[in-house]
Amino acid sequence: MDYSQFLNMGQELSLLAVILILFVADLFMCTDRKSGKGVLNTPLPVILLTVHTLLGLAPLVCPCCVADATAFGGMYVSSAMAVVVKTILNVGTVIVFLTAHEWLKQPDMANKQGEYYTLTLFTLLGMYFMVSAGHFLMFFIGLELASVPMTALIAYSKKSQESAEAAAKYILTALFSSGLMLYGISLIYGTTGTLYFDQIAPQIHATNLVQLAALVLFIGGIGFKISLVPFHLWTADAYQGAPTTVTSYLSVISKGAAAFVLFVVLYKVFAPIIDQANLLFFWIIIFSITLANIFAVRQNNIKRFMAFSAISQAGYLVLGVMGATPQGLTAIVYYLLVYMAANLGVFLIISITEQRSGGKVNISDYDGFYRTNPKLSFLMTLCLFSLAGIPPFAGFFSKFFMFMAAFKAGFVVLVLIALVNTVISLYYYLLIVKAMYIIPSDEPIPTFKSDGYTKLGLALCTLGVVLIGIISWFYSYIDQFSFGL
Amino acid sequence: MNFLSLFVLIPLLMLLGLWLAKGVKAVRGVMVVGSSLLLVLATYLTIDFLAQRAGGNTAEMLYQASFTWFEPLNISYRVGVDGISVAMLLLSAVIVFTGTFVSWKLSPNLKDYFLWFTLLSMGVFGFFISIDMFMMFMFYEIALIPMYLLIGVWGTGQKEYSAMKLTLMLMGGSAFLMLGIFGIFYGAGGQTMNILDIANHTGGAHAIDFAGQCIWFPLTFVGFGVLGALFPFHTWSPDGHASAPTAVSMLHAGVLMKLGGYGCFRIAIFLLPEAANELNWIFLILTGISVVYGAMSACVQTDLKYINAYSSVSHCGLVLFGILMLTTTSTTGAVLQMLSHGLMTALFFALIGMIYGRTHTRDVRLMTGLMQIMPFLGVCFVIAGLANLGLPGLSGFVAEMSIFVGSFQNADTFHRVLTVMATCSIVVAAVYILRMVGKMLYGVCTDEHHLKLTDATWEERFAVICLIACIAGIGLFPSWISSMISDSVAPIIDAVKQAI
Repeated sequence: MDYSQFLNMGQELSLLAVILILFVADLFMCTDRKSGKGVLNTPLPVILLTVHTLLGLAPLVCPCCVADATAFGGMYVSSAMAVVVKTILNVGTVIVFLTAHEWLKQPDMANKQGEYYTLTLFTLLGMYFMVSAGHFLMFFIGLELASVPMTALIAYSKKSQESAEAAAKYILTALFSSGLMLYGISLIYGTTGTLYFDQIAPQIHATNLVQLAALVLFIGGIGFKISLVPFHLWTADAYQGAPTTVTSYLSVISKGAAAFVLFVVLYKVFAPIIDQANLLFFWIIIFSITLANIFAVRQNNIKRFMAFSAISQAGYLVLGVMGATPQGLTAIVYYLLVYMAANLGVFLIISITEQRSGGKVNISDYDGFYRTNPKLSFLMTLCLFSLAGIPPFAGFFSKFFMFMAAFKAGFVVLVLIALVNTVISLYYYLLIVKAMYIIPSDEPIPTFKSDGYTKLGLALCTLGVVLIGIISWFYSYIDQFSFGL
Repeated sequence: MNFLSLFVLIPLLMLLGLWLAKGVKAVRGVMVVGSSLLLVLATYLTIDFLAQRAGGNTAEMLYQASFTWFEPLNISYRVGVDGISVAMLLLSAVIVFTGTFVSWKLSPNLKDYFLWFTLLSMGVFGFFISIDMFMMFMFYEIALIPMYLLIGVWGTGQKEYSAMKLTLMLMGGSAFLMLGIFGIFYGAGGQTMNILDIANHTGGAHAIDFAGQCIWFPLTFVGFGVLGALFPFHTWSPDGHASAPTAVSMLHAGVLMKLGGYGCFRIAIFLLPEAANELNWIFLILTGISVVYGAMSACVQTDLKYINAYSSVSHCGLVLFGILMLTTTSTTGAVLQMLSHGLMTALFFALIGMIYGRTHTRDVRLMTGLMQIMPFLGVCFVIAGLANLGLPGLSGFVAEMSIFVGSFQNADTFHRVLTVMATCSIVVAAVYILRMVGKMLYGVCTDEHHLKLTDATWEERFAVICLIACIAGIGLFPSWISSMISDSVAPIIDAVKQAI
């Protein structure tokens, strides 16, 4: 065996190294021997992950010489775009870790923070394998690796009943959708005799009903990860019950990886039956966006609200899949980047507010928030505007480009429906702005100071929200990788 | 660096200045310096533009500059102005300048108020200088969203309802608009977002096929028309104006509603000429309804702001009406009407705000004899009213005359009947204006509280006088500005007419 092919998996290996270091370090750093109290080690994972992110970017410094690298006879394929996606996931995870600091500081948490970091990073590793898969088995292993530790994370608040309930719901749906997915994969294997992505495509035919069934089952499985309607039923409860940092991780990172993989598989494997896939997605997107928007309007728990917002955003994200064009892929990755900045920004504020106000997570709790915490309200407004697609914030650009890609692919009616839905989504995002700015309150959340990690995270998110759109470099940079795929 | 970009750069610097400013005085200082600079810049632009035109520069757009922004999508940062945009920039600068003085004593959070106010004006200026569809759309939306907070936080009355209604209706319009822009972009080949290139079929753009035009024209026209108070999409306007704080009403009715008319002309009609010829009758009927219905509604209102808001619906309807008539005279009149309505409605809202700030009521029935108590405001109010009903010598007359004369140039019965109907609105305007002025200002003051009220303060007088000077200026010397506008309008209308 040629061991040099491991070098093509540089990012995976370096992430594994980070995980192992943290795992070992946890043994020594978790408790202070003298006082017996928990010691926080947020800086260590943050720094390690940042170093890892920068190392992973190294091959992209000179984009001209990036070639697809494979390992294990094509089971693992690393393209430049995959590296970009992994980097986005890395940055997101760093911000999630910054969010987590304040939560892990609680007395009963400090002793088990090591597990938090390793579990999160293991799911990230799983997503890496999904993103770089060239073979359905690799893909499935990645998917499972991303799902199973996630359950432990959702159930992380040991004493919270809601957290346990959410985890149970998550694992049951995850297993069910894995079953669907496996069945789909087995149908593909049965009709084509191979599981390598590039060998399957020539043998896929639109007339083969078994393969169409496989497509549907595959979409069902991945639709669960992205939480598209009608596979979204776990989302609201899991988001509400999970610890807020885990919710933010769920809403951005795992969703983003799955959307990218969905595009890759449709483009590489199901290309001959892309029309049928488009028909399915046409309805899935309409239902995801519309239903989620309608449900979001009625929510009072802000985490639940963000869950429905996330479902509808996922609908927009998948819009780029329609037609499977290179422009669509760029739009997806760019959308993911922008969505990450804005959504994590909102969750940072939700999380710090929850910690400082003794667990207030209702939208009505935010009444009068502007009076007491004007800066946080302002940042929250920026992030919400970006989510709603208001210029000059990045969300406007990502939505515009996403719609443009779908329009170019010929889905005019779908774009119209999505556009009408942006107005509904603006309505419910404005409800939070309204709570913070307009509705007076007798007992607003008192003024508080954020810790340094939250501030750093917020600064990153705000920079992202303000600059990623206006500076066209980001879009152009992503775009140059989308052609070869 | 093209000097047109200063129109965006100065508001950006103002935002930065406001961010850093500490204390009310510093905030006011930043606003006064910034808005004065904008006014000077707009005046300089007008003078230089006229000089260049007089010097024989007949290019379609002057001071053009462009650099590539999103290269893969053919989106560029492109600026340029013609006579229409120059007039609009001048108007915006005047309104922002006076709006600053009108909001002098607003509370609470003057700083945040001016932040959103400046963001709004940045959107407005950016919209008028851009000739790239993407940029135009972006600035259009930048101008819309601050409205929500400006009305919601600093407004009065049913402010939450009005703010939400206004934002959602305008954003709904822009959803259609976005689709229309995609349609135009890809219909013309997907090579350029430059408005001039698409209209002239240069730079890789080809003609948009007729069937496509017939889909995209209504979308873009309605998209912008919502902001131009096109019937039946005007319902946000009275509520929004009534709830907004004074300077925001001024800016909104004075400038923001002009974005609608300008956009209809610049994108819907300029880029989709065949459909404009074919389908304009539908929108002519709708705008005809706006004109008459707006005026009639104003007659039955008792709230000063509602009266002026419905009168705005009627006057903005005239703008779209003039544009849709597709003659050079009527379109020139429409642009003049934008200018004139912008100034006089701003004046009206400013005066209403000042009177409301003193009497704490906007109900016409509760006020009498105010002329004796606040003679300065009273006289100005009369002038604003007369400008509104189109008295010769003030700007409204020039604009409305041009629109009606131009409309009547269309020789067929349909256009002439509509013109006659629209003309009736002037009579109705006289009814509501004179009744309002008579009831409020004349007679004997019966309310004891009103007897103790004071007249305008210095910053209020300053703002009002600026606006009246502009209105009288245009009314007395209309030729320079109307020739500047018609020079730019004529080639566009000719091109549209030839497209049949």
